[in-house]
Amino acid sequence: MSALTKADMAERLFEELGLNKREAKEMVESMFDEIKESLSHNEHVKLSGFGNFDLRDKRQRPGRNPKTGEEVPISARRVVTFRPGQKLKERVELHSAKQQ
Amino acid sequence: MTKSELIERLIDKHPELSVKDVELAVKIMLTQMADTLADGERIEIRGFGSFSLHYRAPRVGRNPKTGESVSLPAKHVPHFKPGKELREQVNASLKDEY
Repeated sequence: MSALTKADMAERLFEELGLNKREAKEMVESMFDEIKESLSHNEHVKLSGFGNFDLRDKRQRPGRNPKTGEEVPISARRVVTFRPGQKLKERVELHSAKQQ
Repeated sequence: MTKSELIERLIDKHPELSVKDVELAVKIMLTQMADTLADGERIEIRGFGSFSLHYRAPRVGRNPKTGESVSLPAKHVPHFKPGKELREQVNASLKDEY
């Protein structure tokens, strides 16, 4: 069972929507580019039915080099977090229930 | 950015496609992604990140209203791990601000 990739998604747009292969490939690229672009401008992304991509600013905190044990501060950073929507969470839970 | 704003931006970027096709394309892509996770499979988008399922062990929870304990079964929850490119691009935006 292999993971879903951009190529699989383009194939689906070709089959289901009738975009040509180039258009389909570009559309898939564009969607992820737009999401990335939005997040890179500190704008969170809400995709109803799927989930939200939020941004969090983390302050600098103490860390350690695991190899040497030396203390190295972990610099302040901005990270992306994903919060699945209610519908997606329920569908995934349903799958877990079926497996047991 | 909401889903409708995403669609508007894609329409601007793809004047060669009809509005209807762009709307349907977004719907098809998000449905396929949700279906994949609902089937227990992973999603791997190079440059963006990967989605997988994380296991949550069964536990005893409490009804916050009554205080009664309820046993909650094991479950899986969707998890997103941003790819290197996305991580770096987002983090760079923090540095640009200061």
